[in-house]
Amino acid sequence: MLRPYWRIVIQAQLTENSIIPTAGQRFLRFARRLFADFPTALGTSIMLLFVLAAVFGPLLAPYGFNQSIYEHPRQPPDSSHWFGTDHLARDVFSRVLVGARSVLLLAGGGTLVAVALGTLVGLASGYAGGWLDELLMRLFDSLLALPALLLALLLLGTLRAAYGESVSAVSKGLGVFLVLAVVYTPIVARVVRSVVLAVKTRSYVEAARLQGESLGWILFREILPAALPALAVEAALRFSYAIFLTSSLGYLGVGVQPPNPDWGLMVNEGRRNVSQVPWAMWFPAAAISLVVVGANLMADGLKRALREE
Amino acid sequence: MTPDSNPPILELRDLTVSYRTGGRGSDALRGVSLAVERGQTYGLVGESGSGKSTLALAVMRYLGGEGAVARGEIRFDGRDLLALSPADLRRIWGREMALVPQDPFTALNPAMRIGEQLAEGLRLRFGLNPAEARAAALDALRSVRLPDAERAADSYPHQLSGGQQQRVLIALALSGRPKLLVLDEPTTALDVTTEAAVLDLVRDLTRAAGASALYVTHNLGVVAGRTERVAVLYASELVEDAPTADLFRQPLHPYTRGLLDSVPRLGQRKDERRLTGIDGSIPPPGDLPPGCVFEPRCPLAVDRCRAERPALDEPLPGRRVRCHRWPEILSGEVSARRELPPALPSATESGEPLLRLEDVTVRYPLRRTAAETLRREPKKAVRAVSGVSLSLKQGRTLGIVGESGSGKTSLARAIVGLVQRSDGDIHLMEVELPPRLSQRGRALLAQLQMVFQNPEEALNPYLTVGESLSRPLVNLLGVSRAEARQRAGDLLEAVRLPRTYAARLPAQLSGGEKQRVAIARAFAANPALLLADEPVSSLDVSVQANILNLLTDLQREHAAATLFISHDIAVVAYLADEVAVMYLGQLMETGPAAALFEPPYHPYTEALLSAIPAPDPTVRQAAIRLAGELPSAVDVPSGCPFHTRCPRALGAVCETQTPPWQTAPGGKRIFCHIPVEELAAQQLPVVVFGGEGE
Repeated sequence: MLRPYWRIVIQAQLTENSIIPTAGQRFLRFARRLFADFPTALGTSIMLLFVLAAVFGPLLAPYGFNQSIYEHPRQPPDSSHWFGTDHLARDVFSRVLVGARSVLLLAGGGTLVAVALGTLVGLASGYAGGWLDELLMRLFDSLLALPALLLALLLLGTLRAAYGESVSAVSKGLGVFLVLAVVYTPIVARVVRSVVLAVKTRSYVEAARLQGESLGWILFREILPAALPALAVEAALRFSYAIFLTSSLGYLGVGVQPPNPDWGLMVNEGRRNVSQVPWAMWFPAAAISLVVVGANLMADGLKRALREE
Repeated sequence: MTPDSNPPILELRDLTVSYRTGGRGSDALRGVSLAVERGQTYGLVGESGSGKSTLALAVMRYLGGEGAVARGEIRFDGRDLLALSPADLRRIWGREMALVPQDPFTALNPAMRIGEQLAEGLRLRFGLNPAEARAAALDALRSVRLPDAERAADSYPHQLSGGQQQRVLIALALSGRPKLLVLDEPTTALDVTTEAAVLDLVRDLTRAAGASALYVTHNLGVVAGRTERVAVLYASELVEDAPTADLFRQPLHPYTRGLLDSVPRLGQRKDERRLTGIDGSIPPPGDLPPGCVFEPRCPLAVDRCRAERPALDEPLPGRRVRCHRWPEILSGEVSARRELPPALPSATESGEPLLRLEDVTVRYPLRRTAAETLRREPKKAVRAVSGVSLSLKQGRTLGIVGESGSGKTSLARAIVGLVQRSDGDIHLMEVELPPRLSQRGRALLAQLQMVFQNPEEALNPYLTVGESLSRPLVNLLGVSRAEARQRAGDLLEAVRLPRTYAARLPAQLSGGEKQRVAIARAFAANPALLLADEPVSSLDVSVQANILNLLTDLQREHAAATLFISHDIAVVAYLADEVAVMYLGQLMETGPAAALFEPPYHPYTEALLSAIPAPDPTVRQAAIRLAGELPSAVDVPSGCPFHTRCPRALGAVCETQTPPWQTAPGGKRIFCHIPVEELAAQQLPVVVFGGEGE
């Protein structure tokens, strides 16, 4: 019985490529979406360059990041020193290149931890509801009531009091890491929770419950995908703020310390010598802006790509 | 053309409207011509995507930035509407033509009192001073039979019910005494009893004012009883236009025929005559077939239909149809009616009930305010379901009918465990069902599945259809993943979808297809009981029939019992073996579906039946309209919950004492103080069937 309905279906089959995509093909399709339009492609390219710099920076840098080139003190940008040299005659280009790693590890890593924790807490809090939700949200309210910088100083001060003055540079980095996680987890958790509240009453989630799906499946396969677009944007925003917060902490002397080529720290050092070597401030500041813009452009594209999936 | 002394109030000539989206234009209306005479009520019927709302907007010249009239003419009261300046239009809007929009809640300004909204329009249109405008606004509110016009005028929109808001919009539209009223799905958001009252009101008011009305709707029942002429739109084209009685008696276009056979006539039952529906789905506006737009779905399509676009012919005076084969259809040589074998009768009543509810109650506790806590007032609760007892045997279908707020959905959710019941017992195959979902084992979960109302959110948009279908197999039946993938294909075939759909994501499916997949998923684990909560109410009628047939067949194959919940009494009467009528969380009447239309009835059932928009102009219905509004489920009236609105209330007994369950002949049980003998003596059949069409 070949009803007209089947004819339509068959036509649809012919016009549409309905081969089941493999995981690799799906990844490729997803990757292609990250270059789908100019702004997204630009953002993705910036972020790729940034990651390359973070990984290979020390190998590519023409000079050591802490190496004073006494022949060229306070050199304006030219062909031998693309970004000039700073007040200590260090090559700014090399410092920016090497500093990418610190930004990626501290701001990027801290954001990643905050996003991961915030997602878990947001999912649990929104899905469980009731007193657990109430408790977590009031706790987060009180954390969010404090300005991020103040909270960070409070945490780092407590750490210092607990472990004494003799903290190494590494553990100072870890402190910043912890601060970012504590400061940003509540914000991410709220974003995720709001999506969970909207999605958990949808029929497909209820159908999953009726079919005996495990809690993990419901949270991560049924609910989480709907939160990913919002999460991508929030992560990019948090990453931008994390760069600022790291550099502010460095400036206040509680975060990363000189001579570390952290971009924020370089801006602050350059600020003091801005009348003599303005370029020592310009280039790290430009690098920060570029990465922030890149992260946000890419997140917008990511959001769209995730919605289409 | 000579100027006619009495031209039609509205005339569309070859109207083509295009929307520009993303740089591409597509026609939302193609060459539509029609004329609404003075004082005439005209119905415009179409499914979603047919262009009917575009037509309403074009007539009002409300098309947004993307839409524009590409060709054709709109003449209103003899004038060229498209040539009018914005200032001229402002003079016409409200005073000569007015629109009653679809969604009353978004059409009213939430920050403005009702009286002010009405008065503002009156001041601007007629230059009244504030006192006169206020008086006129009150008159307008009284004219739409709002019980307390003064209070309504001082209310904000959210303080009124949906029906009251719709009345306000009608008052607003009629306040300027327009010559033409355009009603865009005026009752879609309303319950049947409210819908009937609102439609009566529009009929009386337009008749009294001698105004014309253009009803734009997807509901065949609304046009059948209320209009003199009907035009049918399909895929942006007008396919048929005829006097209402003729159209329903002898449709000439295969699409019209399909539409009529997609909705159950009152009293039609699945084991007597099947609904047939229309296969396939409406083509997207950018991708219309080259010949007749209906050809891909038409059971009568021939080669000519594929090649050549039919013209709008006039086979009989006053009738127009766009079909190549109308001469054969008119002469009766061919018919677009498709006959399907009737459904086999359901399993006979024997043995133990599969599902048994005893005094099931669902309460949603409300939070107390700080003041209430201090005053130690008891916690209030919404009583969604109170004391419902029911039973259902294997293989049979129980239909639960009720308006919004009747508690029918809460009852279903309590049975499957999505909400916890506060009281009462539920037994499935003599096993007590724990109230919480987490306390139910997999074996129990597999026995109870649900189909939800909205197909758009029935499927996880991030899982392929195949994944969605294999999950219940893996979880509930313990099938291996590889085998589950294989069986997902079988499930797709069982719901008449190709196996290749397994690779698709829900976004690539139409609404009807999504609901098919959701049904396949519900039947995957071979449940003993399926709960279907309004499974077709958000689908187009031509798709509805196919889904209902599918449910019937699958239920039969799986020998599953079904609890079918709907606000649509005709559909329930068609599909169910037994019917239960709910009002404010309580059962009012239960009985065999075949006896639903025969007295005695519970007075509420009587009102419901009289309000059904019957898709058949030959049906005569008593006009029993309920007074007042549905009481709040927080303060359910004492005694009989229906006594506040009951036209047959006896007085004090009904207000103070819980009615008894009485058994009436024919197997009905009625929850009422009035003795059944007396009900039987007083009540005439509410619905009188006319001759069978064609």
